[in-house]
Amino acid sequence: MSANRHRQSPTSGGPLRSISLHVIVVITALFVGVPLLYAVIGGFKTTRQLSSNPLGLPSPWVPENYTGILASASFWRMLWNSTYIAVLTTLVVVAVSALAAFVFARFAFRGREALFTMFAAGLMFPFAVAILPLFVLLRMFGLLDNPLGVILPQAAFGMPMTIIILRGFFRAIPGEIEEAAILDGCSPFGFFWRILLPMARPAIATVSVLAVVNSWNQFMLPLVVFSDDSFFTIPLGVQQFQGQYATDIARVMAYIVVAMLPALGFYAVAERQLVSGLTAGAVKG
Amino acid sequence: MKTTRPRSRRLRGFTTILLFLLPALVLFLALVVAPILLAFYASVFKWNGMRGLPTNFIGMANFTRVLADEVFLGDLWRGLLLIILSVAIQLPLSLGIAMLLNQKIRGRAFFRLLFFAPYVLSEAITAVLFMMILSPTDGLANYILGWFGIDQLDWFADPSTVMMSVFIVMTWKYFGFHMILYIAGRQGIPKELTEAAQIDGATGWKVFRYVTLPLLGPTIRISVFLSVIGAIQLFDLVWIITGGGPSHSSETMAVTMFQFGFKRFQVGYASAISVVMFFISLVFALFYQRYVMRRDLEGASTVLRDQR
Repeated sequence: MSANRHRQSPTSGGPLRSISLHVIVVITALFVGVPLLYAVIGGFKTTRQLSSNPLGLPSPWVPENYTGILASASFWRMLWNSTYIAVLTTLVVVAVSALAAFVFARFAFRGREALFTMFAAGLMFPFAVAILPLFVLLRMFGLLDNPLGVILPQAAFGMPMTIIILRGFFRAIPGEIEEAAILDGCSPFGFFWRILLPMARPAIATVSVLAVVNSWNQFMLPLVVFSDDSFFTIPLGVQQFQGQYATDIARVMAYIVVAMLPALGFYAVAERQLVSGLTAGAVKG
Repeated sequence: MKTTRPRSRRLRGFTTILLFLLPALVLFLALVVAPILLAFYASVFKWNGMRGLPTNFIGMANFTRVLADEVFLGDLWRGLLLIILSVAIQLPLSLGIAMLLNQKIRGRAFFRLLFFAPYVLSEAITAVLFMMILSPTDGLANYILGWFGIDQLDWFADPSTVMMSVFIVMTWKYFGFHMILYIAGRQGIPKELTEAAQIDGATGWKVFRYVTLPLLGPTIRISVFLSVIGAIQLFDLVWIITGGGPSHSSETMAVTMFQFGFKRFQVGYASAISVVMFFISLVFALFYQRYVMRRDLEGASTVLRDQR
């Protein structure tokens, strides 16, 4: 308490300093928030209103931009494409990485650290390095214009981070539990499936949230894999819509606002897992 | 001793290990390692990328071409510029905001949520949003500059302002991510240390400079590392907003590679660019881990050894 009061004593600035700190935070909040608000409100204007009155409230309010998008089949199709690509990517990357992380955390064998280092090294290489040869390979496998052509590479590139986080978590589970299970006749897979995974639920949630966000926002891979726009995901749809209606700014604005909502909704629900995953990944990676 | 011995004896079995690792190995080798090897292979051919494998071997010609190409050298310079701007402006901003939000400011949970929100939006949405906000004709930014009597800027349309504009968008999108890292790092510092310094008479700035900042070292080094890797692979924002223009003035390595690989069908040459990007990442990562993060990693590995 006394230390606390000391911090707010006049020698360290007092009310003046506290006000200036608030000003910095508020300015930053405007920098971040105004573009978002501008888009939400702009979506309710006509493009002509938007250029004559960029910041004020719409008069009259024009909901047609939003209702038009929500009534279009192509938007819902893209939402569906993004959703199931994200879900399948997450299932694949978490399943495959959990098995591998289990071995890396719980087994002693020659070459373990070398193999683990190989996976972890994947973290250092930008996706952009691999996109061109990846495209050539996917064409050879016949995976272009196929959701698997996005799902599998995303899962592969998500593995390093997922394995690192899960291995750390699996390691922290005491060896006694494992011994007890083995003595009771549990097979390695039985231990993994019935004991380790349920105990690791928070870590699984964390890596799943990371995988969903990464898949949801991925642009480059779907851009080269999908040429047929019935496969398009939301980021591709946003780019396409901007190209089609470049001059109708208000409509584009409504579109990106609607496109933001699923991600922001997910963020509101899973913020804690996302933050813990990113900080764990950054600290351990 | 007692706890590790029987475990390692029981959970062994070569087939078990192989079965558990196999899916991960197959996926990783086929879709991460193989593409990188294929890029190396294709980089020594003149190849338009048509089906089958390349046949027209030209040795190192693609590499001598890329290292003499003015656009590519410009990419390197622009990448360096973005890294310098990030380290000099964006990261200090993130750090400062993180320190402020660590104090008892009213509404700090809200601010934290708001500042981090852009990170979860896709680059595509961010790009289109800022194309409209920084539009030279009726963008919001020029409208606001008008209040202060500042001349209209052309933002992305002018070679002299385009990189600054890209950097503004990157800051908007990513500073909250670094802020989150710093907040987590700050929370990892025991309260006793800062309180002890205060009792010894250190004021706010001195506590930060001599206690908090040094203890945040590992977090800062990670955050710089991630900024550099991010700058090396910057693609989505630039591709959607400017496509690298006007006249290459915002082009990045990834955009140049994409142009040659997917638009001009010089796949051999574009592979050489990929290989150069690979080596830049590799050299940077090795150098950085060897010389900059060495102490952090040493600490980490002793902790791991204790757990083993």
